[in-house]
Amino acid sequence: MNYYAYFVAVSIMLLGVAGIATSRNLVHTVVCLSVAQSGTYVLLVAVGFQYGGVAPIFGAQVGKTTPVVDPVVQALTLTDIVVSAAVTSMLLALVIQIAKRHQAIDPDRLGRLEG
Amino acid sequence: MTRRIRLIVLGLGIVAFAVSMALAFTGMPQFGGDLHAYRDAAVAATYAHDTANAVSSINFDQRGFDTFGEETILFCAVIGVAALLRPVYRERRREVSEAGHVLESTNLLVYFLFPLTVVLAVNVLAHGAVTPGGGFQGGVILSTGIHLLYVGGRYSLLRKLRPLAWFHQGEALGVVLFGALGITGAALGSALFANVIPQGQLGDFISSGTVPLFNIAVGMTVCSSVIVLLASFLDQALAIRAERVSDPGRTPRSGYEEGSAS
Repeated sequence: MNYYAYFVAVSIMLLGVAGIATSRNLVHTVVCLSVAQSGTYVLLVAVGFQYGGVAPIFGAQVGKTTPVVDPVVQALTLTDIVVSAAVTSMLLALVIQIAKRHQAIDPDRLGRLEG
Repeated sequence: MTRRIRLIVLGLGIVAFAVSMALAFTGMPQFGGDLHAYRDAAVAATYAHDTANAVSSINFDQRGFDTFGEETILFCAVIGVAALLRPVYRERRREVSEAGHVLESTNLLVYFLFPLTVVLAVNVLAHGAVTPGGGFQGGVILSTGIHLLYVGGRYSLLRKLRPLAWFHQGEALGVVLFGALGITGAALGSALFANVIPQGQLGDFISSGTVPLFNIAVGMTVCSSVIVLLASFLDQALAIRAERVSDPGRTPRSGYEEGSAS
């Protein structure tokens, strides 16, 4: 049994979460969210791994019966990366707006509710 | 909530999460084993449509509707960023001056790398169905190549070579093309996003039916999205400046300050 890859995935995610909770700068918070999401890439690819499996690109060398790693989770990882990029850009734009309106990007100094 | 309480809550959450993850992982199939039910189904479907790149086949053929949703997420995020980063109240756009010195070696590298990157992007995009790569990857490489001009210190050249209105339209056109291809599948085939074009021979440049067309549509959207995104951020950093208040004695009333006072 080998849980090493899963351990790495969960560690990356928890590091990101810890970074978000202790962040003193909103840009740092957004980057930490990206780090936490990177943990899911490792987890997805680890789930689809097979010892001796090759990349799922078929051709002369790789046939129907050759063991390949799971292409489904790789496609999901691609989706994950695109969504992560979209979320990061959206959040960074929000941080710029917050910086303009409050002259502060420390989450602890943005406690007051507006409305 | 003070910082101390927050850290305690965080610690409790991390411990609970780690324990539940450890329990989940011990119940999973063995790491690196050969038990991959979805893999077997996906490989069979990939072979049925003669697509060499299984990941492309899954993204654009087997679960095309999901990828349509994903593309729409990107599209919406770009619209959101463009809306958030307009020049707002008491801001104006200024002309960006061509100040600053760029090393000649940097210039040379940009002249050398720019055409190379564009060719690489088109190559990755066009061969998405047969080799690793595809619309997402090709689109990102293409937009990166265009932004090399900025690294070469030429914001004005970047602005000339990057007519932003075209990319706004290109982004929308990519999404529309993707949807139209899906509806074509429904009209001519059995289901939405069905692969209705004859698939040809596995590994050929023209093979795997609709997958290369979907790749082109996604490539257009991704390239235009990244360019519009980076243009918004560059504009914010370089061109948009806050206006100085001309009369310091009279504080102008603004919606923001009223909002924060209530």
